[in-house]
Amino acid sequence: MNHDDVLLNVRGLKTYFYTLDGIAKAVDGMSFYLDKGETLAIVGESGCGKSITALSIMGLVPQPAGKIVNGKIYLNNDDILEYPESKMQDIRGDKIAMIFQEPMTSLNPLMTVGSQISEMILRHRRVTKKESWERSVSMLEKVQIPSPGRRAKDYPHQLSGGMRQRVMIAIALSCNPQILIADEPTTALDVTIQAQILDLMLRLKQDYETSILMITHDLGVVAEVAQRIIVMYAGKIIEEGNVFSIFENPRHPYTKALLKSIPKFGNRTEHGREPLQEITGIVPNLYKLGSGCSFCPRCKEAMDICKIKDVGLTDLGNGHRVRCLLCKSKREE
Amino acid sequence: MKDTIYKKILRRKNLVVGIIITLAVVFMAIFAPLMSPYHPIDDADLMVSDQPPSIEFLFGTDEQGRDILSRVIYGARVSLSIGLLSQAMNTVIGVVLGLLAGFMGKWWDDIIMGLTNIMLSIPSLVFALAIMALLGPGLINVFLALGFTNWAYTCRITRSQVLSSQELNFVKAAQALGYGKIRIMFTQILPNIVGPILVIGTLGVAGAILIEAGLSFLGLGTQPPTPSWGGMLATAREQLFTSPWISIFPGLAIFITVLGLNLLGDGWRDYMDPRISRQ
Repeated sequence: MNHDDVLLNVRGLKTYFYTLDGIAKAVDGMSFYLDKGETLAIVGESGCGKSITALSIMGLVPQPAGKIVNGKIYLNNDDILEYPESKMQDIRGDKIAMIFQEPMTSLNPLMTVGSQISEMILRHRRVTKKESWERSVSMLEKVQIPSPGRRAKDYPHQLSGGMRQRVMIAIALSCNPQILIADEPTTALDVTIQAQILDLMLRLKQDYETSILMITHDLGVVAEVAQRIIVMYAGKIIEEGNVFSIFENPRHPYTKALLKSIPKFGNRTEHGREPLQEITGIVPNLYKLGSGCSFCPRCKEAMDICKIKDVGLTDLGNGHRVRCLLCKSKREE
Repeated sequence: MKDTIYKKILRRKNLVVGIIITLAVVFMAIFAPLMSPYHPIDDADLMVSDQPPSIEFLFGTDEQGRDILSRVIYGARVSLSIGLLSQAMNTVIGVVLGLLAGFMGKWWDDIIMGLTNIMLSIPSLVFALAIMALLGPGLINVFLALGFTNWAYTCRITRSQVLSSQELNFVKAAQALGYGKIRIMFTQILPNIVGPILVIGTLGVAGAILIEAGLSFLGLGTQPPTPSWGGMLATAREQLFTSPWISIFPGLAIFITVLGLNLLGDGWRDYMDPRISRQ
């Protein structure tokens, strides 16, 4: 991890939620990095801490229950967790921008989309209103909205879901951020629009030299866009590596099971009709995480020791790391 | 697009009636000198006192021989201006406090909501009476008394709207874009909660008109000879059985105006609530 072009470096991030039911360790010791111009995908089931990781980076952990208890987040070698709120506000949108899952409700219903983009530009750049409006229109053009000059005067309810997500992308990229965090950007869209939006994001990423942190549970999306993958489970990184090594050679039982649960094209003609593999059991209760591997109760390859022994990440070389005793036993401690 | 909005409004009968009545009263107040057949104060003629309604005096005359129709028309000015101004003041106070409570949270919220609950626990007529007793009678004082007593509902609604709208996705998105609290408050939240605040305001105007009438009836509000509906009722009280028209017409004026404003407020609320409008 000693490259020169690390843009975002998260070290030992722990974000806990203090509630009446106890402490929920939503993110429990995440360490990862994001290179310049790279697309990193964080994959995992609902409630595994993906979104909270993103919100922690943005400094927007839901208050007052949520709290970052430990860790450092370096952006260009500066620890942004140390920044005061006012400085974080300057960074949000300008250096790190975020797209949300719900394009239908993420836009202010009472403002035209053009003025929402120019509001963003006015917030972070010293430009006149006219310049910001012109820039908004050109942003709409960049996200391939037809007749952007006229569309800029439309209100969100006049646009379709895909169009609104394009507008969200336009807002997010309007200040040319270094990092774009996309929290399940295509989940609420239908499949053809999904492909278009992903395509658009990748093209704009190259144009703007932006790094993307993609949060998703859709492995199809990951395969299409990401260079590296982090698989998360119960607040921890469970496997990390580049797309090829994860898809070709998954090491963690959870990753293997995830990949098996995707329907494969042509599978039925070859092997006949057979049920899709599922992962039995449910995500563990974040309030009651014991010692030992948190995937252990659902794991088909679990050994007795898995229930007790907390296991660290094993480096398999080539950036492929995995948190599993099965892999650890093959190499020495 | 516009066509459908008109149709939507026309489908709500209470809203339509409310709008018509309110506009009529406002029109009456603005054009009082043109509409009233006599001057409400100067055209007193003791020769025609206590006359029942006739062609000459449509609503009859009072004990000093003044035309009741003219006085009712002029009375709309007092009632409406007191109602609108004091409610405007209430709305400003309520919205500012509500925004502070909802947005700053912590001890701001505790103090402001404590104050609001105290205000809500005192009947506003009693509170207004207390202020009037302190300030003495007079139109300006009525305005002040009402302007400071009725903001609690607006404050509560604003606070709850602020709290619930902070959960909205576009407000969260605005945070992620680096907008500060004040910017979010004014560009994202406030425009989206104007509707309910205006509805409460409309209903508040009706309430303020009633309280003004009550204060004037008790002799603390508008002072004679300025015509006001409450004051007219007060002087008519003694002749309730001998010349009922002196009290009936100002009473009807209060009734219809307040009814109109309430219908307007209720209809507007229904109009904005998508769950009701689907029926």
